[in-house]
Amino acid sequence: MSTAPNDYLLHLADNAVVLGQRDAEWCGHGPILEEDLALANVSLDLIGQARLLYQLAATRIGNGATEDTLAYFRDDTEFRNYTLVELPNHGALVGYAASDRDYATTIVRNFLYSALMVLVWDALQKSPDADLAAIAAKSLKEARYHLHHAADWVVKFGDGTEESHARAQAALDHLFPYTEEFWTPSAAEDAAIASGAATDVRTLRAAWDAIVADTLAEATLKRPDVRGYVPEGKHGRHSEHLSYLLGEMQGLARAHPGATW
Amino acid sequence: MYTQAMDIPDESGNPGGKKLSVVPPPQSEQEAAFEARIDADGRIEPQDWMPEAYRKTLVRQISQHAHSEIVGMLPEGNWISRAPSLKRKAILIAKVQDEGGHGLYLYSAAETLGTSRGDMIDGLHSGKAKYSSIFNYPTLNWADVGVIGWLVDGAAIMNQIPLCRCSYGPYARAMIRVCKEESFHQRQGYEALLVMMKGSEAQRRMVQDAVNRLWWKCLAMFGPPDADSPHSAQGMRWGIKRISNDELRQKFIDATVPQAKVLGVTLPDPDLKWNEERGHHDYGQIDWQEFWNTVEGNGPCNKERLATRVKAHKDGQWVRDAALAHAQKQRARADKEAA
Repeated sequence: MSTAPNDYLLHLADNAVVLGQRDAEWCGHGPILEEDLALANVSLDLIGQARLLYQLAATRIGNGATEDTLAYFRDDTEFRNYTLVELPNHGALVGYAASDRDYATTIVRNFLYSALMVLVWDALQKSPDADLAAIAAKSLKEARYHLHHAADWVVKFGDGTEESHARAQAALDHLFPYTEEFWTPSAAEDAAIASGAATDVRTLRAAWDAIVADTLAEATLKRPDVRGYVPEGKHGRHSEHLSYLLGEMQGLARAHPGATW
Repeated sequence: MYTQAMDIPDESGNPGGKKLSVVPPPQSEQEAAFEARIDADGRIEPQDWMPEAYRKTLVRQISQHAHSEIVGMLPEGNWISRAPSLKRKAILIAKVQDEGGHGLYLYSAAETLGTSRGDMIDGLHSGKAKYSSIFNYPTLNWADVGVIGWLVDGAAIMNQIPLCRCSYGPYARAMIRVCKEESFHQRQGYEALLVMMKGSEAQRRMVQDAVNRLWWKCLAMFGPPDADSPHSAQGMRWGIKRISNDELRQKFIDATVPQAKVLGVTLPDPDLKWNEERGHHDYGQIDWQEFWNTVEGNGPCNKERLATRVKAHKDGQWVRDAALAHAQKQRARADKEAA
């Protein structure tokens, strides 16, 4: 039986935990109570996915690894998530800049990511790696909901007011270049493809383009031209933002190594 | 999570802040029917006639309750990003989300009395409406999350279970669901503390520190002593309030002492001891001056809590505007197509 390489499981898990952490920042601060609850739901799903993937990886790694040693005791350079998911919930600013959260950034990011993940999980639910396939089948249902939620708001923003349209377009312009990272396989992804456990993500590009094009057309938003730098978060080379996010997330756990919570 | 409901006068349901007078003897047929239903322990429903003072009291109480759920998301939300394990992070997000859900259906219950959610939220943001004062204290270490579950939610349950029998139907029904979820939160909080108490010395210190800071605040959550409780008599008469503040407080203390013993924490009250004659625990003096200071807006976190709610609402204005504009445009497009 072909099994996915652990680094590939960690790539999927890191994406989920880091975006779960970002989405949870809205808890108590949402633009309307219903959205506060919705974002918390998305975050919970992502953290749930991360836990299953880390647990699977931990079992295979052995040596005392647990979901928490993998989430809390690896450094930023060991994280294999897309740069897209670690960016703050606001426009382009340096790592130590302060800014208000922007809901358009959050929604557009969730849209671009979940449009990819419905395709990735759909492919992985047929993986010969049965454990991974089971996680993918569960995650697919959640990702479909996340896509539905985010696409719905992208359309509301695009079609809504002048301000919401401008904010959504600005968020797209800011975030779209980061999606280039989706289409350049990392060593872990190459190994996963070679093992037969995963699909080559490049084969999903046309389908992703179609989902994005449909929603942007309905929202009357423009897909930005993208050229130049391709982010490399999944290779362990991140933006300035991930070490802040992990510093906050891991600090308490690391202050009490070996503790049970 | 909420208590001290009907005892905190504010300006939201009772403009002018005058004390509500006790209902005069029934004069009309409508009033007589209302009184008879209350006497028979029946339910009042939204379409039923009710005295204006009853309506106002309920709007004040239910909206205070809803606001408490929403403001109450903040002290625990403070630890979501730093939860020390993924399991605890997931539990905490789900819990804070539950509190938001309670807020949502309590606002809905209050709306059946003819006040919009927008108006109630304006009341909170302008400082006219109150929320439970327990949320005006900071959460300073991870154990606060567990102690809020165990003690704050525990105190809330004591107060809320009688509300499941409240005379106003929509409130009573909302409280049944709220109580189920709060009981779950309480057990989760207690379980988290049990694990910490079995852990390292540093973890046990965190738990004790959180208990020391929150114990007295939890006792104050039941509201002022019965003698000083301005709305209680009328609330009892109307079947909105069923058990007095002091009775509930005593019940909470008696239930909590053995739980603290199992946990291995000390409750910070040298006067706390079993009184054989009364069949209850005696306890020390609550600092009511500190309580009223905080209720009046001068506690450690009042300004931060309220300003944070106001900011979220203000920052979210464009999002709500966009949703509204989109809905209007869609309707206009549909009308045009139909024409």
